Amino acid sequence: MISFALIIITSLFFMGIIIRTKSIASGRKGPGIFQPMKDVIRLWKKDAVYSKTTSFVFQIAPSIYFASVLMAILVIPFGQYKGIISFEGDFVFFAYVLALGKFFSIISAMDTGSSFEGIGASREALYSMLAEPAFFILMGSFALFTGHTSFHDIFISLHFGSYISYALGVLATFILIMIAMIENSRMPIDDPKTHLELTMIHEVMILDNSGFDLGLILFATNLKFAMYGALIANFFIANFQMYLTIPIFFAVQIIFAVIVGILESFSARFRMNHNAQFIFTLTSVALMIFFGVLMVIGKFI
Amino acid sequence: MIAISLLIVAISILLIPFLNVKWKGIVTLLTVILIAVIGGIISVKALLGDKIEFILKGTFVTGEIPIRIDGLSGWFILLINFTMITGALYGLQYMRSYREQSSNITLHCIAYLGIQSALTIICVVQNAIVFLFAWEIMALSSFFLIIFEHYKQDCIKAGVNYLIQAHVSMVFLYLGFIWVGTRMNSYDFRAITEFSTSFPPLTSLALFLCFFTAFAIKAGFVPFHTWLPYAHPAAPSHVSGIMSGVIIKIGIYGILRMILLIKTDYVLLGFIILFISVVSGIYGVMLAIVQHNLKKLLAYHSIENIGIIGIGIGLGTIGIGTNNFLLTTLGFAGAMLHVLNHSLFKSLLFYGSGNVYQSTHTMNIEHLGGLAKRMPHTSVLFLVAALAICGLPPFNGFASEFLIYFGLFKGMNHGNLFSTLSLLSSVFGLVLIGGLALLCFTKAFGVVFLGSPQHSFSHQPSEANTAKLIPMYLVMGLIVAIGLFPIFFLHWLSEPLKLFKDKLSVATETMPPVSDIAYTMQYIGWCAMGFISLAGIIFFTRKQITKQKPESFATTWGCGYVGNTAKMQYTANSFIRTYRKLAKPFLSIHKKEVLIKSIFPEKSSYETHPQDKMEELLIDIPIKQMKYFFGKFRFLQNGNPQFYILYGFIFITLVIGLPFLYGAIISLMKFLNQL
Repeated sequence: MISFALIIITSLFFMGIIIRTKSIASGRKGPGIFQPMKDVIRLWKKDAVYSKTTSFVFQIAPSIYFASVLMAILVIPFGQYKGIISFEGDFVFFAYVLALGKFFSIISAMDTGSSFEGIGASREALYSMLAEPAFFILMGSFALFTGHTSFHDIFISLHFGSYISYALGVLATFILIMIAMIENSRMPIDDPKTHLELTMIHEVMILDNSGFDLGLILFATNLKFAMYGALIANFFIANFQMYLTIPIFFAVQIIFAVIVGILESFSARFRMNHNAQFIFTLTSVALMIFFGVLMVIGKFI
Repeated sequence: MIAISLLIVAISILLIPFLNVKWKGIVTLLTVILIAVIGGIISVKALLGDKIEFILKGTFVTGEIPIRIDGLSGWFILLINFTMITGALYGLQYMRSYREQSSNITLHCIAYLGIQSALTIICVVQNAIVFLFAWEIMALSSFFLIIFEHYKQDCIKAGVNYLIQAHVSMVFLYLGFIWVGTRMNSYDFRAITEFSTSFPPLTSLALFLCFFTAFAIKAGFVPFHTWLPYAHPAAPSHVSGIMSGVIIKIGIYGILRMILLIKTDYVLLGFIILFISVVSGIYGVMLAIVQHNLKKLLAYHSIENIGIIGIGIGLGTIGIGTNNFLLTTLGFAGAMLHVLNHSLFKSLLFYGSGNVYQSTHTMNIEHLGGLAKRMPHTSVLFLVAALAICGLPPFNGFASEFLIYFGLFKGMNHGNLFSTLSLLSSVFGLVLIGGLALLCFTKAFGVVFLGSPQHSFSHQPSEANTAKLIPMYLVMGLIVAIGLFPIFFLHWLSEPLKLFKDKLSVATETMPPVSDIAYTMQYIGWCAMGFISLAGIIFFTRKQITKQKPESFATTWGCGYVGNTAKMQYTANSFIRTYRKLAKPFLSIHKKEVLIKSIFPEKSSYETHPQDKMEELLIDIPIKQMKYFFGKFRFLQNGNPQFYILYGFIFITLVIGLPFLYGAIISLMKFLNQL
C-alpha cells in the first residue's frame, strides 16, 4: 500500500525533474516540475479525434495499457512492507502484465493503418523482446542469491555484506536504469523530442491518440518511470525504519530522474540498427551478475 | 462400456455412406459427442482417483490386452474429447461449402470418427500390438483428414509428406516394442518397466530415446517437425485445429507414459528433453514470425508450444532424478496444464483462421487487413487466443507458463553448477519465446484484423454465421475460466501428478507443502480477476468522462498527407524486417527483388519466401543426394519390355540357382575339408 502511494506521488513530478534537468543543462530556466502532470490533466479534459480506420481495439487499448502499468505497480514492495499483490514468483507476473500492456499498445498502433505507426510498433515489439531476458536473468540471479522468488522476499533478504554483493547491486541498478530507458523509450534508444516520425519509437505509436486516451498513455509513462525508480530504491532501503526509508526512496527517485535528464542532455540517440545490439548487451551484464552470484554462493568451484 | 462405444462407432461408420450429406455431418457429430460422454465419464472417474484396470482376453495375435485407465489417460481423454467436440461442431458448419462432394465428405466423417476412437484407444490400452494398431488407424485417418481437398497439388503433397513421416515414427515404435517384446516375451506395457529394471540404465535410456524419437515426430519437436508446417495449412481448418490441438499431443502423452514406465537415469534424460525443448521452442517461434501464410504461422507456433510443454516435462524429469518433490510437481503440472491450454487456444486460432479463409479465400496475410470491422466476433476471439498463446495474464497460457517459470527458478537453487546453468538457459529460452511470440502475434493480429484492407476482394468479407461462432465461444469460455480459476484445474491434475510423485523414492529432504503452489495459483486467479476489473473500471471512467464530449473522426496522421493511406500502411513483411535482419544467420529466406536503379520510377517488386533451414539440412539435402545416388541406376529403367523380361529371368534364375550354388559350395568345402 505504502509503495503504491509513494509511486503515485513520485509519478507526479518525476517527468518534471527530467525536463527541468534538461533545460538547466541546456541553459534554460524550464517549466515547473509539475508541468507534465498539468499537461496530462488538461489532456484528460480535452475532446478526442479518432482515425476513421480504427476499430474497437483503438478504443480499449489505452485503458488496458494503463491498467497493466497500475497492476505492475501493485506488485512492487517498499522495504519490509509488501506490495498490495505479493506471492511467490510475482516478478514473472510483473513482467508479463507489462507485456500485456505492450501488446495492446502495439496493436492499437497497428490499428490506425498508418505508414509510420507500424514502424514504431515493430521497433517496440522487437526491443522489448530483447530487453526482457535481461530482467529475467537479473531477477533469476537474485532469486538464486536469496533463495526466494518474490520481490518482497528477495529485497528483505538481500544483505549486503561482501564487496561482491555491492558490485551486484550497482550492476543491477545499471540494468534497471537501462531497462527503464528502453521501456519508456528514452534517450540512448529513442529520442522523445525528435520531430521526425521515422526516427521515433514510442512517440510515433501514439500519433493518433488524443484527448483522454493520450493523457492516460502519458501518465502511464510517468508511472512506469516511478515504478522502475521504486524497484531501484528497493535495492537500497533494506530494513531501515520508516523515517529513513521514505527519504531514501525519494532521494533515489530524484537522483534517477536527474541521471535520466543528464543522460538525455549529453548523449545522442543510437543509430536504429545499433539499438538491438546495445539492448542485448544488457543481457550479458545480467549474466555477469548471475556469475557473480554463483561465485558468492560458492557454486562456481 | 468400451464394447458399447466401439459398437456405436462401427454402426455410425457403416451408416454414414448411406445418408444424405446433411445427415452425415449430424450423425458424425452425435457419435463424437456420445463417445466423448462415455470417455468423459470414465476419465472423470479416473481423475477422481478411481483407477480402472481390467484385462481383455484378446486374440492369438495380440495376447492378453490390459486396459488401464489412470489419471494420465483420463486427463488426455478429457482434453482430446473436448477439442474433438468443438472441432466437430465447427467442422459441421465449415464443411457446408463443400456440400456437393458427397463421397469425399463420407470419407472425411469416417476418418474423423476413426481418429477420435483411435486416440481414445491409444490412451487406455496397454498392449503394444493393439497400441500400434490404433496408432496406425490414427495415422491413416489423419492422412485422410488432411487430404480432403485432394484435387489441390499442395494438399496431396503435404498429405504424403505427413504419411511418410508418420510411418517413420511407426518404425521407431515397432523397434522399441519389438526390442522389449523379444527380451521380455510380453507385449504388456509392464514389460517395459521390467525391461528397464533388468538392464543397465544406459540400455533403458537407449530404449527411451527410441520411443522418444517416435513420439517426438508425432509431437513435432525440432528436428522432427518438418511435416507440421505442410500438413496444417493443407487441411481444412477444423482438422488443423484438432491436429494441432490434440493429435500432436498424443506424442506428448506417449512421452509422459514412457517416463512413467521406463526406469533410467532421469537426470540425464531430463537434460536431454530440456535441451531439445528449448531448441524446439525458440526455433519454432523464430520461423513462425517470418511466415506469411496465417496457418503456416500457426503451425510453427505449435512447435513452439510443444517446446514449452517439453521444458515442463524436462524439468519434472530432472525433479524425479534428483528426488525433488517441488520440481516434479511444478514441471509436470505446468506441462500437462499447458497441453490442455494449447489444445484450447490453438484450436481457437485455427477456427478463427478458418473463418477468415472462408470469407476471403486467402491465407496470405499480406492480402488481408481491416477485418476487425467486418468480422468483429472472429477478431475478438482471435485476439483472446493470441493473448493466451503469448502467455499473457489474465488468460490460461499464463497459468501454465507461470508454473514452469516457477519451477525453473526454484530448481536453480538445487543441484550443481551444470544444472543451474541449464535451468538459467531454459529461463532465457522461455523468456525469448515469450517475447518472440508477442512479436509474432502482434504481427498476425495487427496485419490481418486491423488497419485497412490491403486487397480488394470481389465480395466483401463478412462475419461467420452464429453456428460457427458457438464452438469458438465455448473454447474461449474455457480459456478465460482457466485464466481466472487455475486452481480448480490444478486440482483435477492431482491424480495424474500423483503417478509421477510415486516415482520419487521416500523423501530425503523435507517436502515443501503443495498447498504453497495451490495458494500461489489461487493468487494468480485473483490477480487475473483484479486486473480485469481494474481495466474495466478505467474503461468505464473513460467512457463516463468522454461521454459528453463530441467525438470527431479524421484520417490517420500521415505527415500532412490526407488521402487514402491504405497502400502506405505498414505490411507484415516490413513489420518484421528488423527482426529478420537480426535473425538472418538462423533463417533461410529466399529473396527476389527488383529495385529501382535509374532516376525514373519503374516497376519494382520485393518478395520473400521463408524456408526452413533445418528441413533443408536434414531432409532436402539428404534426399537430393539419395536421388543422385539412385539416379545412377536409372539405366535399369529403360522402358524396353525385353529388358524387364530379362530382369525377371535373372531374378528367377537367382532365386532358384542360389540355393544350389550354396549347396554346391558347402559340399565343396566339405570335400576340401576331408582332403
